[in-house]
Amino acid sequence: MTRPQTPAREPDSQARKPAGATAMRLIVPLQGVVQGRGGLILGSLIPCALFYLFQLYAKRHRSPKPGSDPVSPSQSSSNLPELHRSSSRSNLSSRGSIGRVGVSSRASSIAKPNDSPYYIGLDKVSEDPYDRFDNPNGIIQLGLSENRLCFDLIEKWVSENLEDSVMGSDGGDLSICGIAAYQPHDGMMEFKVAMAGFMSLVMGGTVTFDPQQMVLTSGATPALEILCFCLADPGNAFLVPTPYYPGFDRDMRWRTGVELIPVHCRSTDNFIISITALDQAYIQARKRGVKVRGILISNPSNPVGNLLPRETLYNLLDFVQDKNIHIICDEIFAGSTYGSEEFVSMAEIIDSDVIDKNRIHIVYGLSKDLSLPGFRVGVIYSFNKSVLAAAKRLTRFSSISAPTQRLVTSMLSDTRFTLAYIETSTKRISDMHDLFVAGLKQLGIKCIMSSAGLYCWADMGGLIRSYSEKGELELWDKLLNIAKINVTPGSACHCIEPGWFRCCFTTLSQADIPVVIDRIRKVAETCKPSS
Amino acid sequence: MTRTGLSRTRSSEEATAEPTTMRVIVPLQGVVQGRGGLVLGSVIPCALFYFLQLYLRRRNRSAPIPPPAPEDQLPEVAVLSRSLSRTHLSPRGSGGPTYVSGRASLVAKSGDSPCDVGLRKVSEDPYDELRNPDGVIQLGLAENKLSLDLVRDWMVENARDAILGGGRSGGEPSIGGIASYQPFDGLMELKVAVAGFMSQVMDKSVSFNSSQIILTTGATPAIEMLSFCLADTGNAFLVPTPYYPCFDRDVKWRTGVEIIPVPCRSADNFSLSITALDRAFNQAKKRGIKVRGIIISNPSNPVGNLLDRETLYSLLDFAREKNIHIVSNEIFAGSTHGKEEFVSMAEIINSEDLDRNRVHIVYGLSKDLSLPGFGVGIIYSFNENVLAAAKKLTRFSSISAPSQRLLISMLSDTKFIQQFIGINRERLRGMHIKFVAGLKQLGIECIKSNGGFCCWVDMRALIRSYSEKGELELWDKLLKIAKVNVTPGSCCHCIEPGWFRFCFTTLAQKDIPVVMERIRKISEICKSHS
Repeated sequence: MTRPQTPAREPDSQARKPAGATAMRLIVPLQGVVQGRGGLILGSLIPCALFYLFQLYAKRHRSPKPGSDPVSPSQSSSNLPELHRSSSRSNLSSRGSIGRVGVSSRASSIAKPNDSPYYIGLDKVSEDPYDRFDNPNGIIQLGLSENRLCFDLIEKWVSENLEDSVMGSDGGDLSICGIAAYQPHDGMMEFKVAMAGFMSLVMGGTVTFDPQQMVLTSGATPALEILCFCLADPGNAFLVPTPYYPGFDRDMRWRTGVELIPVHCRSTDNFIISITALDQAYIQARKRGVKVRGILISNPSNPVGNLLPRETLYNLLDFVQDKNIHIICDEIFAGSTYGSEEFVSMAEIIDSDVIDKNRIHIVYGLSKDLSLPGFRVGVIYSFNKSVLAAAKRLTRFSSISAPTQRLVTSMLSDTRFTLAYIETSTKRISDMHDLFVAGLKQLGIKCIMSSAGLYCWADMGGLIRSYSEKGELELWDKLLNIAKINVTPGSACHCIEPGWFRCCFTTLSQADIPVVIDRIRKVAETCKPSS
Repeated sequence: MTRTGLSRTRSSEEATAEPTTMRVIVPLQGVVQGRGGLVLGSVIPCALFYFLQLYLRRRNRSAPIPPPAPEDQLPEVAVLSRSLSRTHLSPRGSGGPTYVSGRASLVAKSGDSPCDVGLRKVSEDPYDELRNPDGVIQLGLAENKLSLDLVRDWMVENARDAILGGGRSGGEPSIGGIASYQPFDGLMELKVAVAGFMSQVMDKSVSFNSSQIILTTGATPAIEMLSFCLADTGNAFLVPTPYYPCFDRDVKWRTGVEIIPVPCRSADNFSLSITALDRAFNQAKKRGIKVRGIIISNPSNPVGNLLDRETLYSLLDFAREKNIHIVSNEIFAGSTHGKEEFVSMAEIINSEDLDRNRVHIVYGLSKDLSLPGFGVGIIYSFNENVLAAAKKLTRFSSISAPSQRLLISMLSDTKFIQQFIGINRERLRGMHIKFVAGLKQLGIECIKSNGGFCCWVDMRALIRSYSEKGELELWDKLLKIAKVNVTPGSCCHCIEPGWFRFCFTTLAQKDIPVVMERIRKISEICKSHS
């Protein structure tokens, strides 16, 4: 039982079954080595070496990312593996050419069908949309925050003013150059001035906006993406209070390589962000080694619909100042308020406060407040010169079509129209909201007290079978497939508590509300007895 | 021997308690002494080695500067080292300056190339025959102002019905067709109309399938999107030089993709050679850069020549051999003015019926319909994955609905379109001939061109030193003394100094003598010095 013998015994016992010792030698090729003194060492080294070579081989032959497009060509750089690949590929393709060419790994991850319930629901609706007359059994859209209540006002204005605004009143040479020729990609100055006026009007006249600090983009989506490109590098992160707008994941992450760190808000706080939670998330991210470059908030909040009190805004500013990070305020619903509460823009706070304005960026757009999502008009309002300079250049990739700029410029400059529009619009949203919330209340479903937005944040915790994301998605599935109503489940908004749903009511007309409530009632009835 | 060995093994197995002291010394002894000794003796080091490799690999990932990482599984270790180093740079605590991202400061800084300087100069002091006769004349922007009157007349007549009439189907108020959310990759009607227009512009030699079309806000985002979709950060495209100066922006800025210039020479009339492509490809490989495709402009911008059928076939063969993509920028397809026939990559592909996956065509209405302000770009691809990804990415650059409605009716008005294409081509030809003749009088030659809005002008005789410096000196003189903004070849990454791009379609015919007079002054100054 001395040590040197130890390794020698292994092949012995393994090869015991063949009769003689000589025969054994033939069977175990490395036996001589193993039986010698260096057995254990060599017995480890040789497999190691083999394994290393195997790894090397495997690595060279691996395609860009495991799980990415399998036909994607290898990313190897040397000639040798290239040779291997082309010869093996040519066997696969009957043509004799090398085979299908791959797309980038980022494209293949984007190209995959989206499995978020938010997008699945939207796709379902587009296949089978409800129409009171043409398709009464179709799916009713409550998942898209679009305001269809005031199209009549827009139509009236456009039909009265179209020629003058697009072509100019004289129809002369100058006006065609004004729409057909290259225009500043970050928006014409007249448009910016009109936009500044409209924003100030929408926010109750309490703030003034400087057109010089404005960059116009083709929608709020590219506005957010451009800001994200400008404020963070790949691997950096933004803190985002949950529940948040499901589109943020797309806007902020897809092409930028930036992460979003959810900061959970709870129903007990009415889903208002707490600085403690922010601080915790910030510290945790730092511990993980992730550099936090800013906070992204939406005010009025989407999907909850509440407003951030002045107090909270001050605290947020203190927080970003303390951590030396940026803050992006998505104020796209600023003009769609209906409660008694007053909306306070971040721009108003900094107007009155001595603070480093360089870190504050506001996103706005005309898709919600002027209900013109088809026009694709978004705004970046920033106090940071470098961000403005970079964003201006990047608008080359998402500029607004010139005829639309002309049209909207004169629409926004017509203050009589905009004033009347805002008044009517908020009145109609408010009426719809009251009707819809009252309808849900009849079914025993309560909504968070909201004062803005085109949606309500409904608590269907009483209807879900298991208090988990699974239970919530089961209910969402029932609503979509049985009741034929597309709502956004809280989990798509990264809400930490299950059972919350976002219902947008401004795509409906008042006559649709009883239909919707009735459909929800049916599902509610099937849910209640079983739970 | 076998028997003794056997018995010994047994005895050791039975008397396990016996060698207690030894066990302490050799931790794995029990394992090794057992039957699985050789196996475990191999597996355990292997496992250890594997973990070491894994660890090393994860750490190594932090080395490339911009990690792609669209997914969540970004290794945390990698980010750690980077962000830590960053914190040393940025002063902590309140009051510190706010930073912007590295890429933003890069973007903000760029813009000092002669191209941008020239454009800025023009916008500050533009020439106007009556109001500002001493202003700078724009020859640096490929914009066609020759046929705007036709567009204007059409608009005056039809704009109203075009914008408001579009959505009038069913019970919807017509405004719903423009105000509400529309498909982000473009309305189907517009795709159909664009497909028709493209085939008309290419003299009906090709037909385009509207389901392979993605519409974006201009050719610029179309190229960027393709760059995102075809290459990952750190990959590269081969681009024959001289190339359109803005490719650097479109392909590289936000995507982290590189451009490898493939020089073409005046001796070959700046036409593309496969040998040069092959050399550049192999060099890139040696440097460890993965080449994912070739980007060509046909008709070429800035040279203005066309790629013949032969070259297109050999390009396709090259791409097939290397298994890479081809992006063919055909935005000037309808703006040909020579005798040569334009051949679209789509035509080649349609007749070949193979390898369609690797071909992507970029088109737009900025040049051929002279509507750059509308911002309409087109991706025409045969690759389903690219189409699916690009469709989702159009969320970031979708065209405003009123403009789409306007264009649907404009492009569907075949009588107007036919007339427009005919007249526009005639005017283009006229301008080109006049402009080239004017330069010839000054002793300045141009490369024979067949398409586009530009001439590629040989001013090698006028530069003082045969270098980029000499070229930029001449450019500076042209801009500041002659007040003519042109694009120097170095902006287009031309390898030979002394070439300039002159765009003549922003001028009216009566401006040509003015331009020629201004250039004459400079050429006289230059000649008298040398």
